[in-house]
Amino acid sequence: MPFNLPLAELEVGKHLYWKVGQLNLHGQVFLSSWIVIGALLALVVVGTRKMEREPRGVQNLLEFLWDYLRDLARDQIGEKAYRDWLPFIGTLFLFIFVSNWGGALIPWKLIHLPSGELGAPTADINTTIALALLVSLAYFYAGLSRKGLRYFEYYVEPTPIMLPFKIVEDFTKPLSLSFRLFGNILADELVVAVLAFLVPLVVPLPAMFLGLFTSAIQALIFATLAAYYIGEAVHEEHH
Amino acid sequence: MHSWLMLAEAAAPKGGLFDLDATLPLMAVQVVLLTFILNALFFQPVGKAVEEREGFISSSRAQAKEKIAQAERLEVELKAQLLEARKQSQALVQEAEIEVDRLFRDALALAQADANATKEKSRVQVEAQKAEAFAGIDTQATKLGAVIVDRLLAAK
Repeated sequence: MPFNLPLAELEVGKHLYWKVGQLNLHGQVFLSSWIVIGALLALVVVGTRKMEREPRGVQNLLEFLWDYLRDLARDQIGEKAYRDWLPFIGTLFLFIFVSNWGGALIPWKLIHLPSGELGAPTADINTTIALALLVSLAYFYAGLSRKGLRYFEYYVEPTPIMLPFKIVEDFTKPLSLSFRLFGNILADELVVAVLAFLVPLVVPLPAMFLGLFTSAIQALIFATLAAYYIGEAVHEEHH
Repeated sequence: MHSWLMLAEAAAPKGGLFDLDATLPLMAVQVVLLTFILNALFFQPVGKAVEEREGFISSSRAQAKEKIAQAERLEVELKAQLLEARKQSQALVQEAEIEVDRLFRDALALAQADANATKEKSRVQVEAQKAEAFAGIDTQATKLGAVIVDRLLAAK
């Protein structure tokens, strides 16, 4: 960056490297993802410890979430196949949502790392590409397991002219999924960090609220698109 | 001070925004594991609980509907019974009224006949007594006439 904004203070693009054999890992991403996963599991374990027919406390919240995710999966995938994919779609939504909100709400700055800083795991391109590739694998698997090789008819429907576009789509889907999530979350963190750096009080608050909103929307978009792609793959054409 | 562009161009593990490494597959594995764990801990049990409740509610509703139908059926039946009973009681009342009327007429006729008979008997008695009395008076008058004639004749 040519001008001398103290952006480097934000430590963008710096990582806490863990070496496992020949492999490099982004330690801060794993640390924060473990916190996210831990929070999720704690919530789930507490909420399902004593299931009752008349739900109370955390069970209510979990049932609300379950209902919400079921509706999302059912709307996009369809009545027939949504049950198989509800856990996957739901996990994507919950993981991304808790990651995003965790990144915005937990005061990570209080924990000092030797290099890099903690934040939303979804602000790292590795995480978002991993999620997007999982979605690609999922919809290929969904289509192939449900329709066998007939799945590839999808590429020439409604006309064979669509073939190149549909092939390109298989690449643009994970690309857009991963970059949309990564870009939104990272940009939000940067905006808040820059604003907080320039004017530490009050001014970053609207951006923070907007960030929470964006975070929730991004989780919803990712999960909805994943479900839509799977639904597209398992959809039976009616001739 | 480094810009992220410089960092992106730098060799690993210098970092950068688009630094892809083993984090990617490991994160994927982690998310797949999380999917299985959440499926076992969250989606299955909560789904079971919700679906059980939905089943319970729909069966309760069906039962309640059945009970309402039964109650309505019973109500109709009872109303019919009530109507029948009312009709019967009306018939009974009517019958009793007719009976009473008949009894009253009978008694009246009997009493009238009795009274007529008594009247007739009394009339006959009165007639007889009258005739007797007339007869008595006749003889007395004749006797008195004779006495008067005798006296008149004696006065001469």
